[in-house]
Amino acid sequence: MTALLQTTDLTLAFGGLVVANGINFSLEQGERLAVIGQNGAGKTTFINICTGLLKPSRGTVSFAGNDITGRSPRNIVRRGMARSFQLPQLFLEQTVRECLELSAVARGGKLSSWNPLAAGSTRQEIDRMLDLISLRERQHELCINLPEGQRKLLDVGMSLMLEPKLLILDEPTSGVSTEEKHGVMEILMRALDEQQVTAIFVEHDVDIVKRYATRVAAWISGAIAADGTPAQVLANPLIQREVLGE
Amino acid sequence: MRSLLLALAAAVVILGVALTFPWLKIPLILSLCYGLAALGIVVLLKAGQISFGHAMYACISGYVVAFVGKHYPALDGIVLIALGTLASVVAGMLIGAFVVRYREIFFGMLNLAISMVLFTVLGKFYELTGGTDGVRINRPTLFGFELTRDPYEIGLLLVVLALSLIATFGVQRYFRSSGGQALAAIKTNETRLEYLGISAKKVLWKGYVLSASLCGLSGALFGLSQGLVTPEMGYWLRSGEFVFIAILGGAGHAVGAFVGALLYEFLKMYAAVLVSGSWQLILGAILIVIIYFLPKGLTGLFGKRKGAEGGAA
Repeated sequence: MTALLQTTDLTLAFGGLVVANGINFSLEQGERLAVIGQNGAGKTTFINICTGLLKPSRGTVSFAGNDITGRSPRNIVRRGMARSFQLPQLFLEQTVRECLELSAVARGGKLSSWNPLAAGSTRQEIDRMLDLISLRERQHELCINLPEGQRKLLDVGMSLMLEPKLLILDEPTSGVSTEEKHGVMEILMRALDEQQVTAIFVEHDVDIVKRYATRVAAWISGAIAADGTPAQVLANPLIQREVLGE
Repeated sequence: MRSLLLALAAAVVILGVALTFPWLKIPLILSLCYGLAALGIVVLLKAGQISFGHAMYACISGYVVAFVGKHYPALDGIVLIALGTLASVVAGMLIGAFVVRYREIFFGMLNLAISMVLFTVLGKFYELTGGTDGVRINRPTLFGFELTRDPYEIGLLLVVLALSLIATFGVQRYFRSSGGQALAAIKTNETRLEYLGISAKKVLWKGYVLSASLCGLSGALFGLSQGLVTPEMGYWLRSGEFVFIAILGGAGHAVGAFVGALLYEFLKMYAAVLVSGSWQLILGAILIVIIYFLPKGLTGLFGKRKGAEGGAA
């Protein structure tokens, strides 16, 4: 069976600083991979290379059996890999509903200069996503007025509207209060389950990792130091010392 | 729909005023021409971009009308308007392909630089362009009718009014379309647009061509109403006037460009009478007041969107 996402000898250096150090990695369909590591360990760099924001100096990235190394973010998204961001990337001057409608139109790949935005999707599918991310009540509000947790949810909702095969979530609970974290993750996981999306999420909170990941990859100095089930990786003494700071 | 009905009512009022006070026909035609050009600027403002060189498209269109009209005097005014606008569309497509790679001040200044090249070329190639004296446009037929000055001006006013209404409706429809919403998304988050699989450059290019076509349409009509085109039509100060009007009217609704243009033209007219030689002082003061108290322009006074209290929209 072909891996959904595979990297071979993925390397990137900024001058003398190696931020991705020969990463060989493979992800199967249906997995929920948590990526953990200290700040600066290379987690976001890895995501940025996979999603086309950065080009590797060596190595390859393949997605669903196709080489996507160095492709543009737009091209990669169209192949079925979506992402959300540590700082939610929303259209702040548009409403929650408009953001989802625009995402739905983007999925079809055809923007119209004449037909109304809402005509690019069905009312039901937008309502369904609003319910899924618990934002139905705020659908007509401008994104700029949403609190951080809801911004995160909308960010993910916009990516899910694309019906991706793989969704990469960069720190989905950062900036969200401790009380809200589990609530946000519950909503996210429910949405991912419903759409049967394979997911990678970068996370610092060990409780979240234990509860929602089926696999964990721990990053140290631009390389994967441990990869396995949450129980295996979190029990690894090197990871406990270098990543978890125990 | 309500706003378009209001626009239609406004058009009837304008026509009524022009017929009651014939001396106002030309100022009204010019105001609407400025409004069309400012509408082009409003399209760019939606994407958070500003151009200080868009008068070049009015100028290109005006010169095409003059040259074609000179060589084919039998051509109808409507055909000339179409040809002039088409020329500005083609120019917008070519120049747009280059400038949409840039944003904000670089975008604005590149447009200005290209417009100044055109201004200089038109001024220097005297044999071909008539230099700073420009090229005369003989009065063409309108819809096949050969008209004397007064009916011609009324006919031209009707054409300008009709085209302004169509442009307002079309642009407003575009703003509400997925393409228009993607254009507005460039202003706040181009990265997200790319991560939805949408090419921000392509979206901006389409908006740019639309804005060039509106300025071109304005230039063709302006040339026909004045009977003369000069390089001044493409000078950067004219581009600045378009920007001034767009800011005055606001980018909230397509109608804003025409509200701004009418206000601008009549303010300029009366300010020149009141304080001749320093009318710019009055306009400048008004712009400061508008920016300070109405950052969304005159149309910002109407139709606040829900949740806009946060300062967006």
